[in-house]
Amino acid sequence: MIWDPKFESMPLPQLQDLQLERLKEVFERVYDRVPFYFQAFRTAGIKPKDIKSLEDLSRLPFTTKDDLRDNYPFGLFAVPPSDIEEIHTSSGTTGKPIVGGYTHRDIELWSEVMARCLTCSGTTKDDVVQNAYGYGLFTGGLGVHYGARRIGASVIPISGGNTKRQIMIMQDFGSTVLTCTPSYTLFLAEVAAEMGLDFSQMKLKSGNFGAEPWSENMRAEIEKKLDLLALDIYGLTEIIGPGVANECEAKDGLHIFEDHFLPEIIDSTTGKNLPLGEAGELVVTTLTKEAMPLIRYRTRDITALIPGLCSCGRTVVRMKRIMGRTDDMLIIRGINVFPSQIEAVLMQMEETEPHYQIVVERKGALDELEILVEVNERIFSDEIKRLEDIERKIEKEVESTLGISVKVKLAEPKSIQRSEGKAKRVIDKRVF
Amino acid sequence: MKVKQISIFLENKAGRLAEVTNILGKAGINIRALSLADTTDFGILRLIVNDIEKAAKTLKDHGFTVGETEVLAVEVPDRPGGLGEILKIIQDAGLNVEYMYAFVERSSDNAVIIFRFDNVDEATRVLLGKGVTILNGGTLYSL
Repeated sequence: MIWDPKFESMPLPQLQDLQLERLKEVFERVYDRVPFYFQAFRTAGIKPKDIKSLEDLSRLPFTTKDDLRDNYPFGLFAVPPSDIEEIHTSSGTTGKPIVGGYTHRDIELWSEVMARCLTCSGTTKDDVVQNAYGYGLFTGGLGVHYGARRIGASVIPISGGNTKRQIMIMQDFGSTVLTCTPSYTLFLAEVAAEMGLDFSQMKLKSGNFGAEPWSENMRAEIEKKLDLLALDIYGLTEIIGPGVANECEAKDGLHIFEDHFLPEIIDSTTGKNLPLGEAGELVVTTLTKEAMPLIRYRTRDITALIPGLCSCGRTVVRMKRIMGRTDDMLIIRGINVFPSQIEAVLMQMEETEPHYQIVVERKGALDELEILVEVNERIFSDEIKRLEDIERKIEKEVESTLGISVKVKLAEPKSIQRSEGKAKRVIDKRVF
Repeated sequence: MKVKQISIFLENKAGRLAEVTNILGKAGINIRALSLADTTDFGILRLIVNDIEKAAKTLKDHGFTVGETEVLAVEVPDRPGGLGEILKIIQDAGLNVEYMYAFVERSSDNAVIIFRFDNVDEATRVLLGKGVTILNGGTLYSL
């Protein structure tokens, strides 16, 4: 199902014309109205009339997270304060948050792209959407809420946490669509199992899960444990919140709604655009946002655009699931390591549960990477050597994927902290 | 002949052993023998208790990972060289002992040793064939 075939399945030449037209518009708007951009473009020696093709985009300077911090809170707004209808912030816990502002039209846009995302997972007006993303400053809750309203589905604005009540309501209200972080779905499954409940008895049929990186193996686990179709949703506060991209039922990449969010992939070190298909940092230009348009915003998320058209009929470009973040990336003894790679290894081993924690320490001059993995009844033995064999086996698997040696340590069940929002997977104790 | 032992996974953290024994104590379960094997990271606590089912369930309810294994409780003459005689039988038969530990109580004039063999049925056959006494669960728990 496609919510808005006119734009989601627009013939590519027409889509590119539309993007160019909108790019010129947004460039002119920020040039006139946002002193930061006026300065930046003047320094780069580029004027609105210089934008003649989509290729000219690569001549424009980037906008970074630091630029947002420097202009905290409202310095990048392109409309008068009275036109702002809603303000959200990122869920970051350190320092000043990243701010996102919305005009009336921006909220309409948000509802529209979120309706597209929910339609990707088959949501219709007949569905009951249990929205377990946090409501509040975090964009997850209200973003999904607006999209579900746009479709005409029934929304249960339950927000995050209170897991037993989530399960009770899911059962009693007959929720058919679940929205939350992927790690929270597994926590729900665990609590439901403790309560003696079986997801095959529930009405859930699909879910849009995002706000943290996950893996293909984790999808298999979620689909099995919750008995539903699990699709990846992507977004970020700076751009609009959730609604930038979503997987369709083909499960072969996330469609970026590029009539509104123009993507590029760059080498995060050199800043140069990479050829189609290569992995690098995702850069997004918002083509239609009013309150806080961003030009070439560096997301710090690592992905690759997928060449070719999708079998679902949408023509908008797809990106691979987020492989990691440029700032999550751990450099261990000179090797780039993403927690998602470690997760992928753990998920494909039958011995392990998806609950893990990575601890990085510097011992002497060397970085040491330790992975805590919970022991379960499948792997437990009364013999030390068997348990040590399992530790060694996981170590070898991880080592062959990452190319560096790691230490695996078994932990007691449920001893690794469960998160009801974004899971804290990495503890970096190194002091630089 | 075989006796059931329960084993529990423990992280090497202060107070974990006390916690297990307190949980069992409160549930009215009597520990008859125990052995703790440890590495730098974790330990495995092995217990012979008077009520296996209840002990396993109680510990699982408290979130512990619990396993059940079949072991043999063997009578060993309580005199110098007594254990050596038994071990010689085991060695001559090529039986592999994974681990062993002593039972607290005596059985008449004999000590009792818990053996974990990798092939418990073969071990039972060999030991009985050599006239060694193997205690069954009922006898063991009532010692």
